[in-house]
Amino acid sequence: MKLTNEELEILAILEENHRVPVETIAIQIQLSEEKVQQIIKKLEDEKIIISYPALIDWTKIDGKENIEAMIDVKVTPKRGVGFDEVAERIYRFPEVTSLYLMSGTYDLSVTVEGKTMKEIAMFVSEKLSTIENVISTTTHFMLKKYKHDGVIIEGKQDKDRRMVVSP
Amino acid sequence: MSLDYERYLANTANHLQPSGIRKFFDLAASMKGVISLGVGEPDFTTPWNIRETAIAALEEGFTSYTANAGLIELRQEISTYLEKSFHVQYQAENQIIVTVGASQALDLAFRAILNPGDEVLIIEPAFVSYAALVSIAGGNPIAIPTYASNGFKVTAKQIENAITAKTKAILLCSPNNPTGTYLNKQDLLEIAAIIEKHDLLVLSDEIYSELTYDEKYTSIVTIPGMYERTILINGFSKGFAMTGWRLGFLAAPPELTSVMVKIYQYTTMCAPNMLQHGAIEALRNSYDQVETMRQSYRRRRNYIVHALNSIGLDCHIPGGAFYVFPSIIRTGLTSEEFAEQLLKQQKVAVVPGSAFGESGEGYIRCSYATSMQQLQEAISRMKVFLEPLLVREV
Repeated sequence: MKLTNEELEILAILEENHRVPVETIAIQIQLSEEKVQQIIKKLEDEKIIISYPALIDWTKIDGKENIEAMIDVKVTPKRGVGFDEVAERIYRFPEVTSLYLMSGTYDLSVTVEGKTMKEIAMFVSEKLSTIENVISTTTHFMLKKYKHDGVIIEGKQDKDRRMVVSP
Repeated sequence: MSLDYERYLANTANHLQPSGIRKFFDLAASMKGVISLGVGEPDFTTPWNIRETAIAALEEGFTSYTANAGLIELRQEISTYLEKSFHVQYQAENQIIVTVGASQALDLAFRAILNPGDEVLIIEPAFVSYAALVSIAGGNPIAIPTYASNGFKVTAKQIENAITAKTKAILLCSPNNPTGTYLNKQDLLEIAAIIEKHDLLVLSDEIYSELTYDEKYTSIVTIPGMYERTILINGFSKGFAMTGWRLGFLAAPPELTSVMVKIYQYTTMCAPNMLQHGAIEALRNSYDQVETMRQSYRRRRNYIVHALNSIGLDCHIPGGAFYVFPSIIRTGLTSEEFAEQLLKQQKVAVVPGSAFGESGEGYIRCSYATSMQQLQEAISRMKVFLEPLLVREV
């Protein structure tokens, strides 16, 4: 699907901060509020904008720290449906937060969230490994998040080091 | 024993006007919680790939001098860049010099062309260095004022009226600091006709050329008859967010660069080696990031022009750079009074227009190279500041 420059600009604004009011967007890209509203609705209807989640650092909240694991899964694809059917069986579990089909030495990359390591271990051994067509799993526990969805979480951010007035 | 230092100082240097910005800097720097619209540089840090390349160059030991005119690879990239941008040919070997910032390129140009008493036309409001650089090189800066009614564009007639037998060159800066005014092809054609008629040289300061928002940049070197008489000055500071690197360049006919390179070799030798490597990376692999920055500035420009007009400060929509130059005449204050009171009362720093020449009086320069959140906060503070001033007027 080809988008206009205005549509692309609205996406760039919302991707950075989806709470910018329509009024401000309209001023920034020199369109009427109605037109901006219309474009956003179109982008939502077309599922180009899928949702507006907030990026939350749960590790900062006592009792809410989750453990995450990325699991490499090898699968035997099924005639007629390929990987899609087994993928669906996996992504329907609520503890699965992302699922990608990969090229390379394994097939599916599954991200799983749980409260404890034990919880994740249970999920892998009892739910994931037992699915028909799953040949093997390799579980990697995530130790630290440096950057997520383009946002630096842990580490050095670029600071504004400019002088307060300059020519 | 205390010395009479006046006796030792050179007249020209001693009598240079201190920059009007300096005073403001001292005041603003002493306060806490200031939102600054007074910064003349990007709010982006240099793209990481450029920084990483310079770090690698330092690690690999690129710590020696380079050729006076700069690394040949960098000059070749600059040559390619100019050809791609403007379809003009500059030979990397003898027409391009990599300088320590565009400021030094200007300095080299003036020193190379000016004899005592030669006049240089400067379109005001103008960047604070121009007149001083002309004076230091022994020339006389001649200001041509421009006005909001004409979008701060100079007219061919104004230029013609300012020309005397001593006029040697005209300095153009488009997009302009502080007004943001962009000279399009039509404007340049009219100016070029006068330049050719009076056989002047052109110093074209194109440091903001990557930052135009409504049309693609036109350089005066693309106007017929101008290439031969133009010293094109540009750099990495604004478009690539590399102000602190101090890397600029100039491109000109070889008869001019050969003289400028002599001055350069005796005064500076060369620009820092490892940083030049970063600049090569900038020209090779950073256009997506430049474009992202450009679009971000454009959105902020549209916002601030709208917001300033809505709080009662008339403001034209500038075609480039990251400055707006709204009128404060309705407040009854001078631009210095306005800037000082705004800073003291609401802690918003702007630069008085008078710092950029007499015709800047009645205006302030606001830089929108700061985050949208900061801009919005600045506008709401300015609104509070303006209310009593604008009521009194009615």
